[in-house]
Amino acid sequence: MTAAATLLRPAEAFPQAAAAPPARVAPAATAPPVKIFRFYWFGLAAVAAWALLGAVTLLFPDKPAGFVEEWPYTREFGLGALALAALWLAATVAASFRGLGKRAEFVTDLYRYSVPWLVVLGLGFTLWETLTAKTGELEPPFFAPPSSIIDAYAQHYALLADSAFNSLKLLAKGIFWGAAAGFAIGVAIGWSKRANYWIHPILRLLGPLPPTALLPIAFFFFPTSHAASVFLIALATGFPVAILTWSGVAGVNKAYYDVARTLGASEWFLIFRVAVPAALPQVFVGLFMGLGGSFVVLIVAEMMGVKSGLGWYLDWAKGYADYVNMYGALIVMTIIFSSLISLLFAVRDRVLVWQKGTVKW
Amino acid sequence: MVAAAIALQPEEIPAQNASRIQAAHVRHGFDAPGGERLEVLEDVSLDIAPGEFVALLGPSGCGKSTLLRLVAGLEAADSGALTQDGALITRPDPSRIVVFQDPTLFPWRTVWDNVALGLEAQGILKQGKSRVDEALKKVGLDGFARSYPHQLSGGMAQRAALARALVNNPKLLILDEPLGKLDSLTRLEMQGELLSLWQRNGFSVLLVTHDIEEALFLAQRVIIFSPRPARIVSEIFVDRPYPRHRGDAALANLRHEVLNQLGLGKSW
Ligand SMILES: Nc1ncnc2c1ncn2[C@@H]1O[C@H](COP(=O)(O)OP(=O)(O)OP(=O)(O)O)[C@@H](O)[C@H]1O
Ligand SMILES: [Mg+2]
Repeated sequence: MTAAATLLRPAEAFPQAAAAPPARVAPAATAPPVKIFRFYWFGLAAVAAWALLGAVTLLFPDKPAGFVEEWPYTREFGLGALALAALWLAATVAASFRGLGKRAEFVTDLYRYSVPWLVVLGLGFTLWETLTAKTGELEPPFFAPPSSIIDAYAQHYALLADSAFNSLKLLAKGIFWGAAAGFAIGVAIGWSKRANYWIHPILRLLGPLPPTALLPIAFFFFPTSHAASVFLIALATGFPVAILTWSGVAGVNKAYYDVARTLGASEWFLIFRVAVPAALPQVFVGLFMGLGGSFVVLIVAEMMGVKSGLGWYLDWAKGYADYVNMYGALIVMTIIFSSLISLLFAVRDRVLVWQKGTVKW
Repeated sequence: MVAAAIALQPEEIPAQNASRIQAAHVRHGFDAPGGERLEVLEDVSLDIAPGEFVALLGPSGCGKSTLLRLVAGLEAADSGALTQDGALITRPDPSRIVVFQDPTLFPWRTVWDNVALGLEAQGILKQGKSRVDEALKKVGLDGFARSYPHQLSGGMAQRAALARALVNNPKLLILDEPLGKLDSLTRLEMQGELLSLWQRNGFSVLLVTHDIEEALFLAQRVIIFSPRPARIVSEIFVDRPYPRHRGDAALANLRHEVLNQLGLGKSW
């Protein structure tokens, strides 16, 4: 009885199920896409947070602290916050529509994704501005309102840009030579027993030494502090690249070599068409670690001897106890280093499309 | 013995595309953990005539793959000699192509680039691009030329490995359970495909398989190995013309005989 009943049910349900979907699908397929409006209430939270920031900044007077009577760029900062609040309002309205086309939806989706962060940032800036400029709870010179960083950029942008450029130049040279040498050494010791015999002990002994420890000596031995820094940055990059390339090459599935050899591969082919591509995922891990090490050496070298760059800029600002300026430089540094790592990951994703399930940066 | 084997279909086999492979008193072993020697092959002698299709059966772990590696030239035998057309085999050569037990496609290459591997390694890819396309078509993967190996099923990967072997026009095709991972339908289909490839190209084939029916359906001669250390227990000539029929009573009788030789006669 029950078995018969359950058997019947799908048969009864079938006509309904068959009839319902076309009724819903057909108009969407034939008629042009309809613009659907549903107000995106949550978007107003971002608008409110930034409007609050603007209001607090503009409506309350600064509290004099130390030498500072009134912080510069307060007006601009407040107006900027209000302008952004207006922009978020526009985005909220736009995000309330569906069917605006692919491009527009990319932007509105991005906005929807960002709203929680925008709310937190707006409130965070408000708190920052309140505790520093408006109530004087946090005092100069160690603390300053966000608007004062605008002032630091306005006064020193040329020097800061020049420093950033010099840092990047130094870093690029060091990373290039370090990555190239590290890769070559890694392949060599992974492949050749003799190279392994000679290079491995050196690597084992010197690799763990922090390159920054060599700074004073390197400044003495190299003709310029610039050359010494390139060398040390290369060292910092090269060590992890060499080790990981080596382990990548040594860990290649031996069956790949068998396949290639039976197909007529030469030694050159085995190295550059089998070992190297198989080791590439590891090489990128080495590059990631090397990049981190190179940032450390770069900043320390610039603080200690090189007469330019962001590290030098920090040291210079410290000389005047200009903490606001240091915050400005740190922000620039953060953006540059984070972008470089992102770039590395983008390159990796390009090169290693064949891999599945890799970590997204 | 061998002469009789070729005499089965003398007109079907263009022998100039094929190699004669001989093994004389081959012994081989590995260093086992604990410092002992693990004897794997114990005095194996065999003779594969040009264009002959030989199947190798034996218990798991007895040394079949080891013999194939020696024939391929990937390893040197401890003692004894292996020759191809009278010349000692000392190193791998694209005239003797192996399809390994695992497909071992290169994961960083697309299917097309994997199949092109041999031609690229030999520096003749420029002239041979159409051969790659043909080989892919032969194994039914022409729609997946641009896929990466991780996007293939196990059976498709195995077929890609077969295509990678075939582009090279080998004189000897060494197959280590190439159809082991295929579903039974694709497997039957690929067996037929393998036979027609062999008949069209005329290369010699040395096939390892666990499937007795497969051995009897495909090969002219079936060699049976003992458990490790491997010796040749017996050779069975499959004296049936191609195309063969799976229901053939003569093949069923031979199957009984093979099972007997493998020590499994009671299960008949
Ligand atoms: N590189 C090696 N080092 C040590 N021992 C090995 C090595 N290769 C194979 N052997 C051993 O040799 C024996 C035979 O291995 P082989 O792979 O030839 O077996 P097989 O007959 O192909 O088995 P199967 O049918 O399961 O594939 C096994 O006992 C294995 O452990
Ligand atoms: Mg095997």
